[in-house]
Amino acid sequence: MIERTPVLNFATHAILIFGLVIILVPIWLAFVAATQTLQAVNSAPVEFWPGDQLLVNLAEAWALSDFGPKFVNTLIVATGVVIGKITLACITAFALVFFNFRGRVLIFWMIFITLMLPLEVRIVPTYAVAANALTPFQTIMDWTGISWLIKAVSGVEVALEWNLLNSYTGLILPLVATATGTFLYRQFFLTIPDELVEAARMDGAGPLRFLWDILIPLSKTNIAALATIMFVYAWNQYLWPLLVVTDRANYGMVVVQLSDLVPDQLTTGGGTPTWHLAMAATLVVMLPPIAIVILMQRWFIRGLINTDK
Amino acid sequence: MAEISIRNVTKTYGKTTIMQGVNLDIHNGEFVVILGPSGCGKSTLLRLIAGLEDITAGEVLIAGEVVNQLEPRERGCAMVFQNYALYPHMTVAENIGYALKVAGLPKVERQSRVEATAKSVGLTDFLDRKPGQLSGGQRQRVAMARAIIRSPKVFLFDEPLSNLDAQLRVQMRHEIRRIHNQIKATSVFVTHDQHEGMTLADRLVVMNKGTIEQVGSPAKIYDNPASIYVAGFIGSPAMNFLPGHISVALRGVVLESGRLVPLASQPNLPDGHLVHLGIRPEHATLVRAGAGTIDAQVDMIEELGASRLCNLLFEDIPICVLTEERPDLAAGATVGLDFPPQRIHLFDAVTGRRIPNDLALVFEKREQPISV
Repeated sequence: MIERTPVLNFATHAILIFGLVIILVPIWLAFVAATQTLQAVNSAPVEFWPGDQLLVNLAEAWALSDFGPKFVNTLIVATGVVIGKITLACITAFALVFFNFRGRVLIFWMIFITLMLPLEVRIVPTYAVAANALTPFQTIMDWTGISWLIKAVSGVEVALEWNLLNSYTGLILPLVATATGTFLYRQFFLTIPDELVEAARMDGAGPLRFLWDILIPLSKTNIAALATIMFVYAWNQYLWPLLVVTDRANYGMVVVQLSDLVPDQLTTGGGTPTWHLAMAATLVVMLPPIAIVILMQRWFIRGLINTDK
Repeated sequence: MAEISIRNVTKTYGKTTIMQGVNLDIHNGEFVVILGPSGCGKSTLLRLIAGLEDITAGEVLIAGEVVNQLEPRERGCAMVFQNYALYPHMTVAENIGYALKVAGLPKVERQSRVEATAKSVGLTDFLDRKPGQLSGGQRQRVAMARAIIRSPKVFLFDEPLSNLDAQLRVQMRHEIRRIHNQIKATSVFVTHDQHEGMTLADRLVVMNKGTIEQVGSPAKIYDNPASIYVAGFIGSPAMNFLPGHISVALRGVVLESGRLVPLASQPNLPDGHLVHLGIRPEHATLVRAGAGTIDAQVDMIEELGASRLCNLLFEDIPICVLTEERPDLAAGATVGLDFPPQRIHLFDAVTGRRIPNDLALVFEKREQPISV
């Protein structure tokens, strides 16, 4: 229902502006802090207007955190997550919506349940699998006696190992395996009229042809929406990279680097907290997600409200 | 070009039977219209021919080959859908040429065929547009072109005109018939609109509840409906029915009220056999009260311009009469109705089937109507 009265208009605008202020003030404070000197940022009344030290602070924070290679790492991981996620979501939803196979409902609900198990909840088992991605297969072989059989026949001990720690694969895969994208796609695929599927069949297009020629072009806006969400999600990852990467020099991600700059008792050792550097680094780390959102905004909104047909 | 043969086809979904033992032969180059109300299984029959649904039992043959196990693309059918089903992201040219692209035809040949087909349906100026920028009639043409370009053995139409406005529908109807006369492909057209069915069909198939009620030319079905169902479904406004029983002694049908309606010929039925007497609105004539077969009260008169639709009541049974005269009748007035005996249809009250009366015989034996 849409209502337009002056009072309601004023009230809705007031609420929106209030929300905007709540969001923008901390960002403004971060920006102001990033422009101060060490002394100014630690002085008693909080400065509300920017100083002149922005470039100096940015340069120092960049060098301290070794952001150059870390940005490249994060970009690789985020792009990997985006591509992996879209591919996985698209083909899973394709199978769930357009094929009638035994156990379809069961599989659908199993995927659905993973929505309730985000990475943070299952982080220990996920770490165990990342440490040796073949553990599940090893377990199955041990249980079924295949390992024993192979050992008895050939004398070779079966010990499968595929270590994903300290690798891009290890960083990317667990972030790809979630159900959100599958659902977005499923909802979209369900809106495709049956007649369109049948027309394609009459035209002689097989399932893959249909997916490639018709479904994917039609879901461009969904791809954009999902890509945006997943890029920001992957970029902001902290817990998983912290855990899976011990070789920080080669595989460090920006958000983990950023946390090192945040002063606490351990890092400052009782010295003056370097908030100006932490905030300068924050500004830098924030930029790529913001750029992506602004760039994709038009598509992104259309994909989520699903009106482009 | 091919004939289609449907042999004892049954279709069930789970425990619900949609179609029971349907048999139908469609000749090469024929235009067959399947007519029936929604839910009668007419679209299912079409989709069984197309291969979009699996056949539960029985066989479908196209050009003498059993196609039960063949994919839609292998059956050589093209289909025009009710909602057009155009690919929204492709231009008109891409839509029309998609089947050829899938078939792997080289681009140059594809383009020339797309242009030729577009020309034949008057779409040349719209080839670069997207379906969203076209009107309903133009989209319909694209859907037609997409079917034509494959030069299919069989054309299937699934209520293709039901989304168009009345004027455009008549226009597209002519166009479909014109295209059929040109390319002479076997065509099966599904509709619930009897005007479409009557005007387009070489042969009409009337379906009801998953079975075929009658097959024949539109004129034959209109003149000799095989059942009370077909009689009521074909013809607009619908045929009037009056319940009664046969009287051998009086050579007629005695209605429930006791009125006698004389028949032209004596049907070969026992005395007292329950029947429904049918008369089309355009065949009953208005006469003076007391001068016709029965008397009825005027309920209301609808002006149609060329003719008038008189809604009458006979013993609470509504009777509709179509007349070209302009009778001066007020609601509640009593008027006589004359049923020409050779125009009377008789249906068995139990089975609903037509009780045959040979029209040629009827004309010879025509007698003066008797009032009782």
